[in-house]
Amino acid sequence: MIEFALNYAWLVPLLPVLSFLTIVFLTRPWARLSSAVAIGAMLGSFLLASSLAWGVFTNPAFIEEPLHYSLRWLGMEGFTVNAGILIDPASAMMLFMVSLVALLVQIYSTGYMKGDPHYSLFFAYLSLFAASMLGLVISSNLLQMFIFWELVGLCSYLLIGFYTYKVSAREAAKKAFITTRIGDFGMLLGILFLQIQFNTLDLLELAAVIPNFAQLGVSLGLLTLIAILFFLGPVAKSGQFPLHVWLPDAMEGPTPVSALIHAATMVVAGVYLVGRMLFLFVEVPGSLTVVAFIGAFTALFAATIAVTQREIKRILAYSTVSQLGYMMLALGVGSLSASLFHLWTHAFFKALMFLAAGSVLHALHNKADVWEMGGLIRKMPITGWTFVVGGLAIAGIPPFAGFWSKDEILLVTWEYARHGHALGYLFFAFAALTAFLTAFYIWRLIFLVFFGPEKANDHVHESPLSMTLPLLVLAVLSGVAGLIGTPWTNLWSTWIHFGDAHSGEPAYLLMLLSVVLALAGIGLAFILYCKDQDKQAARSLAKKYPALYNLSYRKYYIDEAYTWFTRKIVDGGAKVIYLFDIYLVDGVVNGLAALTKGSGQGLKYLQTGKLQTYALIFFLAVLVLTVAFNLDSANALAHLGGVK
Amino acid sequence: MNIDFSLLITEISLAILGLTVFTLGLILPAKSSQKGLGTFSLCGLLVILALTIASWGNQGETLGGMYLADYFTSFFKILSLTALILVILGSKNYVNSQIENHLEYYSTLIFATLGMIIMFSAGDFITLYLGLELMTISFIVLTSFRRTNGKSLEAGMKYLLLAGLSSAVLLYGLSLVYGAAGTVFIKEIAGNIAQGYFNPLLIVGLAMLIAGFGFKISAAPFHMWAPDVYEGAPTPVTAFLAVGSKAASFAVLIRVFLGAFLEMQEQWTMLIAFLAALSMLIGNLTAFAQTNIKRMLAFSSIAQAGYILVGLVAANEAGIKGVMFYSFIYVFATIGAFTVVSEVYNKTGSDDIADYAGLSQRAPLAAVVLLISMLSMAGIPPLAGFTGKYYLFITVVQDYLWLVYLGLILSMVSVYYYLRVVLVMFRDEPADPAPLKLGSTASLTLWLTLAATLFLGIYPWPLAKLANTVAIAFLAGL
Repeated sequence: MIEFALNYAWLVPLLPVLSFLTIVFLTRPWARLSSAVAIGAMLGSFLLASSLAWGVFTNPAFIEEPLHYSLRWLGMEGFTVNAGILIDPASAMMLFMVSLVALLVQIYSTGYMKGDPHYSLFFAYLSLFAASMLGLVISSNLLQMFIFWELVGLCSYLLIGFYTYKVSAREAAKKAFITTRIGDFGMLLGILFLQIQFNTLDLLELAAVIPNFAQLGVSLGLLTLIAILFFLGPVAKSGQFPLHVWLPDAMEGPTPVSALIHAATMVVAGVYLVGRMLFLFVEVPGSLTVVAFIGAFTALFAATIAVTQREIKRILAYSTVSQLGYMMLALGVGSLSASLFHLWTHAFFKALMFLAAGSVLHALHNKADVWEMGGLIRKMPITGWTFVVGGLAIAGIPPFAGFWSKDEILLVTWEYARHGHALGYLFFAFAALTAFLTAFYIWRLIFLVFFGPEKANDHVHESPLSMTLPLLVLAVLSGVAGLIGTPWTNLWSTWIHFGDAHSGEPAYLLMLLSVVLALAGIGLAFILYCKDQDKQAARSLAKKYPALYNLSYRKYYIDEAYTWFTRKIVDGGAKVIYLFDIYLVDGVVNGLAALTKGSGQGLKYLQTGKLQTYALIFFLAVLVLTVAFNLDSANALAHLGGVK
Repeated sequence: MNIDFSLLITEISLAILGLTVFTLGLILPAKSSQKGLGTFSLCGLLVILALTIASWGNQGETLGGMYLADYFTSFFKILSLTALILVILGSKNYVNSQIENHLEYYSTLIFATLGMIIMFSAGDFITLYLGLELMTISFIVLTSFRRTNGKSLEAGMKYLLLAGLSSAVLLYGLSLVYGAAGTVFIKEIAGNIAQGYFNPLLIVGLAMLIAGFGFKISAAPFHMWAPDVYEGAPTPVTAFLAVGSKAASFAVLIRVFLGAFLEMQEQWTMLIAFLAALSMLIGNLTAFAQTNIKRMLAFSSIAQAGYILVGLVAANEAGIKGVMFYSFIYVFATIGAFTVVSEVYNKTGSDDIADYAGLSQRAPLAAVVLLISMLSMAGIPPLAGFTGKYYLFITVVQDYLWLVYLGLILSMVSVYYYLRVVLVMFRDEPADPAPLKLGSTASLTLWLTLAATLFLGIYPWPLAKLANTVAIAFLAGL
């Protein structure tokens, strides 16, 4: 089975493609059958992916020597593209995680989406998404990866706008698509530059040639440009500041979509990609600092917004942005291991919290304001307690998953600072403050929604098994997933690392610090939102510092700033260019079109339908051809004749 | 003379099949049982295709060098048979309702294919001409097959007279070349030219060969017959004329011009480039003004001939590869499009583009196939046509950059008239919203062509590599 899985790894993304096609072309009218097809295929993918992962993780050879096979896709002189599969511990981990979360989300969706008129289509899109994401993860070539990258973007667009009757959903879908396109364009330019300068897009080949860039005549400046252009893609896709604006709006999509795409998988593709291309970034130290700075800033920035948000999914969305910032920070300070470790644990506890939030929304019929909820844990024990597990994990309480990975990030940032990077201390301060805020805002949510007095919700009841089962599975994983990367048994960093494997001593002081920060956050949330039944203190705080409160609640007015920018600057500029466009460009284009059309109309009359004309033209052409040929050849003929 | 029958297996079995279908048609009494002839031909052709594929790699010459078999002929044999199978499969509905004499129809199609194969397998001019006439006369018969339809008869008549003219010119050219080079064997001509059999008459002969073959591939300015004949002929015949006759003629062009006249390459490439440019121009521009879809596709096919000629201009291995690749993918796009046209005509009795309004609602599969076929012809990635054009134009970037630019600009122009049909199909409301039910075999053909166009566009490498191998072997065997 393991042998089979390794040799047929391409089946992992192929199975969901097949289920997508089957649903779209065959089973669409039968909702239950469609979801069964999707889940069946996903289960197959998951089984393959897990035996593959098992094969990779039990064989240390894969760490240094990734499994790589490819076949020629396009080829012409000077440009060949091999499409293929690259399996190392990092991609094996991603395959396992993505297929598992996708499977759980699909099971969950059978309950959540029940009765939706486009139920089958929803499963078709989910399958297409899973296929694209799995394809992205194992791509061995940047062009191939870019295609999957765009495909996951497309699926995200389709699923955010799934409720097409809602204006806000349509707008959010457009916003997501356009914002990520800005980054994708930069990334495409980066890819093209790589092809031009290094004449290959194969990841392994690039990793081999890029360190010798100076010998190949590529200047450091150009390489920096390539790295920064390339980084734009991940900035947009992984919701980093300043292109994070689409991610919170993306919550307009159905909740399973938020859990799968906008928390666990697609948004981490940017992190994964930067990790894959780390060999490029380490050659340009400046670009790594940019990555670290963006990451640290995004982490803190999004956390401060999450503190005051009222919609349950929006809080989680900003939390995702913040956690993605952590992952970028870890990459920026050069630790692939810590970054992907946090990616791994985050996928489980964030998917868990989103799905639990979906369960709450399902019960409350989409009433989303956390201030209108309360005491739900009594009516919905499974949802409530699994959410609590997620909250403990993200806050960083040992032994839950988030603790280990967040601790690892704090540790690598601290070491980065101590190795002579002055900015490192700033990054560390950002990360530590974020840790405190994270614990605070998540537990604010938990106390408001699940504890305290019950609000007047008559018909609240626990969700069906199809929804609670995935919650339970994810809760278990949120509890234990971090244990493979504890400082004592650090299996993780022997598997997944860039450069030398990190093997530091356990830093007990740092652990203590992060636990204290987490407990302080939870404690503050408890005092403000649980102990204080009327939440007087919380309200008065908001009243006391209206400027700060509004800044956070209005998300630093970034959306407004962007809107102003597009309305005034872009539209204003567009008005000027518009004149140029309609008079000059359109004039030329329309003129050309008229000319083309006119010549078509004119040439039409050559086709008289009369045989005589046709014969005449034929013979005239023969005559002209013969004469022209002889004139043209006379010289050459004389020349050739002379030679003979 | 020793005859190596193993090299002739495709030809012999095709001849037997053609005669059997013909005889069966005479023996079988009732009209209804004649309908089974299509299925019978199809089964026979599938067996022959399998035989041809199995004998891939059978090389040699027989009949004293008059007949050749190599990778090159195998490739084009497979192409012609694939085209014929798709045409017959796609036209069963059309034939059953529009054509009276099935027995002659199927057997004549098979004989036309036999003619093509003899034409491009010929080692000398006499055999070549024999094959060419077998193909042409079969097509004349097929064109006027709807004998109660005025347009069909007119087209047949025009094709008869103009094809006669072009044959005369071609034959004259062949005789001049024979006179100058002293032999009719293609290989020996090359040798003789290399030894200095140089003569102005050779040049005149060459010009006439270009005219004669230019007529068959409907390259401008020898294209005048094509729109009228394409429009009048029964649609499946048009499809086969557009792909089969054209591809076979391109194979002959390569065989003759690279096989016999490679030495004089400098002289003829410029002229071929001129023909290519003119075909692209006239084909694409005139297609603009057409309202009848078959005429539009006829002009489009003139433009496609221009594109394919570009590969001949390069006159090297990459060029041959381009011609072979494009001819193959062109089979699928064209037959897909014409199958839709014949199905629509069968149901609505009209070939006007305006009557395609709302086809996307009435027959979604047909609309999608027409869309994909046309986008492929226009060269939009990731469809096969894009890759094909790429392989063709990349070969002349060095020497004929202007031709590349012209090709690119005119491809852009072509998007307009292709998409106009698409717009009508997808945007306009149908006059009659009743679903248009496609025949089951026609649907199968549509699915096959759709899959091929998509697959070869997304993953062109296997076919490109095959074409490359064949091209290398062809040049090595000269």
